[in-house]
Amino acid sequence: MNNIFIYCELTEELRIADVSQELLTKGRTLANELGVKVEAIVIGHGLSGIEKEIFPYGADVVHIADDKNLSPFTSGAHAKVLIAILRQEEPQIALFGATANGRDVGPRIASALKCGLTADCTSLIIGDHEDKKAKKSYKNLLYQIRPAFGGNIIATIINPETKPQIATVREGVMKKEVYDKQYKGEIKNFSVEGLLDDIDLAVKIIERHIEPPKVNIKGSQIIVAGGYGVGSPENFKLLYDLASVLGGEVGASRAAVDSGFAPHERQIGQTGITVRPKLYIACGISGAVQHRAGMDESSQIISINIDEAAPINNIADFAITGRVEDVIPKMIKYYKKNSK
Amino acid sequence: MSFKIVVLAKQVPDTRNVGKDAMKADGTVNRAALPAIFNPEDLNALEFALQVKDKIEGAEVIILTMGPYRAAEIIREAMYRGADKGYLITDRKFAGSDTLATSYAISLAVKKLGSFNLLVAGRQAIDGDTAQVGPQTAEKLGIPQIAYAEKLIEVNKEEITIKRRIERGVETVSAKYPIAVTVHGSADSCRPRNAKKLMQFKHSRTLTELKNEERENAELYKSRPYLMIEEWSVADIKADVEALGLSGSPTKVKTIENVVFQAKESKSLGDSNQEVEDLMIELIDGHIIG
Repeated sequence: MNNIFIYCELTEELRIADVSQELLTKGRTLANELGVKVEAIVIGHGLSGIEKEIFPYGADVVHIADDKNLSPFTSGAHAKVLIAILRQEEPQIALFGATANGRDVGPRIASALKCGLTADCTSLIIGDHEDKKAKKSYKNLLYQIRPAFGGNIIATIINPETKPQIATVREGVMKKEVYDKQYKGEIKNFSVEGLLDDIDLAVKIIERHIEPPKVNIKGSQIIVAGGYGVGSPENFKLLYDLASVLGGEVGASRAAVDSGFAPHERQIGQTGITVRPKLYIACGISGAVQHRAGMDESSQIISINIDEAAPINNIADFAITGRVEDVIPKMIKYYKKNSK
Repeated sequence: MSFKIVVLAKQVPDTRNVGKDAMKADGTVNRAALPAIFNPEDLNALEFALQVKDKIEGAEVIILTMGPYRAAEIIREAMYRGADKGYLITDRKFAGSDTLATSYAISLAVKKLGSFNLLVAGRQAIDGDTAQVGPQTAEKLGIPQIAYAEKLIEVNKEEITIKRRIERGVETVSAKYPIAVTVHGSADSCRPRNAKKLMQFKHSRTLTELKNEERENAELYKSRPYLMIEEWSVADIKADVEALGLSGSPTKVKTIENVVFQAKESKSLGDSNQEVEDLMIELIDGHIIG
């Protein structure tokens, strides 16, 4: 009771997903602050030995539900198992990756348990709350912090009256760190016998194929990203030219993706990919907080914008005032001229 | 046997292209400056529903939305594009509802509509980006869900087959009815308005709108009842008021901060040849590039 639970997702290769290990790390920090345990839940099939990828991140207990009906993931079956475990264990916090699966299964659980769920948190901290109207005070709530309203505001969400407090977090937002290589916890096998009804298995998987991401923005040390201010798909080609010369990848803001300048898989920001490259060149990006959430830990940031007052310039190391279509060709030219 | 498809849609402020006038001098969001639009992924959902309707004779598409009275605008828009009938859940008592309270209200309204085959919603709305109301409504209705639908593969009166997006690929799944489907933005865009439908539905109104417009053509609505967009209140859907609005919402907003960009020391440059060349040299020398 009162512990912190992490839903650990599996990759196609039946490894624990990065995002889940990031959440275990975060969960460990929160648990130390609260003086409680971290418990992981893994649901799938063929999971022997999986705990080895969980305990080092500081989990005290791993609940394993291993059954052929639980793999591959379907939201019906996974929700049923999660609801059963969470009802039984009564955690105070439950964390999910803001992945396709986490965002599929999380809301079903929050609905069944009638508790609050905050999507895509960028920060989770423990804090107190005083409800002046009701004259009630609450200790050690989970502050779930996320940008909202198109990134124009940052909201701190709390669930004072309901447990567990559920949050989803995107991959790459939290840091993944081994807590203790030798850390050992307890394995609890959860039996699904008699648990799953026909309706939980109603969705049949006919075929699945894995398309690895065509672009590897996350792994790139140099990213040339464009926003709405790039102006056209034609101008966007310049970004590809620069990225190719510098050995980087092309990213885009949501506005650029929505305008059809760049495909969805290149979107950087709160609802896209989070990156931490050595160099981030922001072209025609104004710098809404949702975009910044995905790139503000880049070591060096160059902004190219016609608007000297663009918010992105406040976090840029170099702010070039000018048009993208004028500046990029010059960058290419002078890079080629000076590179050794 | 009838075949009923319920589409959930939301009217949202257009948060995608927030211009300078969208922020007030005190740094708060000026909602009035943001146009209200049909939530983009709900249009993908509508198209998905219409494609099912195209393939199943006698299928009916019902559009359901929750919001202030002016949200009837998107119901009309949906009818111009092919939906058959619309319902608006509207009541001041809904104000402040989070996704849990919203899905409670919507699930009651869907139940009031009677039995259905398909419940279709956009994956998420751009004002919240939570992707929660679809699955939460499905859970409250006790039906399974297929999230992130990208393409309708096959459909008949017994079952539906859908290609959906997963984290690193795609998956084809099938299910019998009733089933909830949330549709991803990468699915087909919505067909445009149909001229005949536009003529047919241009006078469709809610009672509130008729009152506001002081229209007196009661006869028209008597002879063509499909033009009436029904408005449902908390009482109509027999909801427990305690489970709605702020009291029914487990999530509370503790604080809201307007985004203030923390300035860090940055060098401002012009776009002259010399300045760009100096920058590239600095980056090369610092081993940032090259």
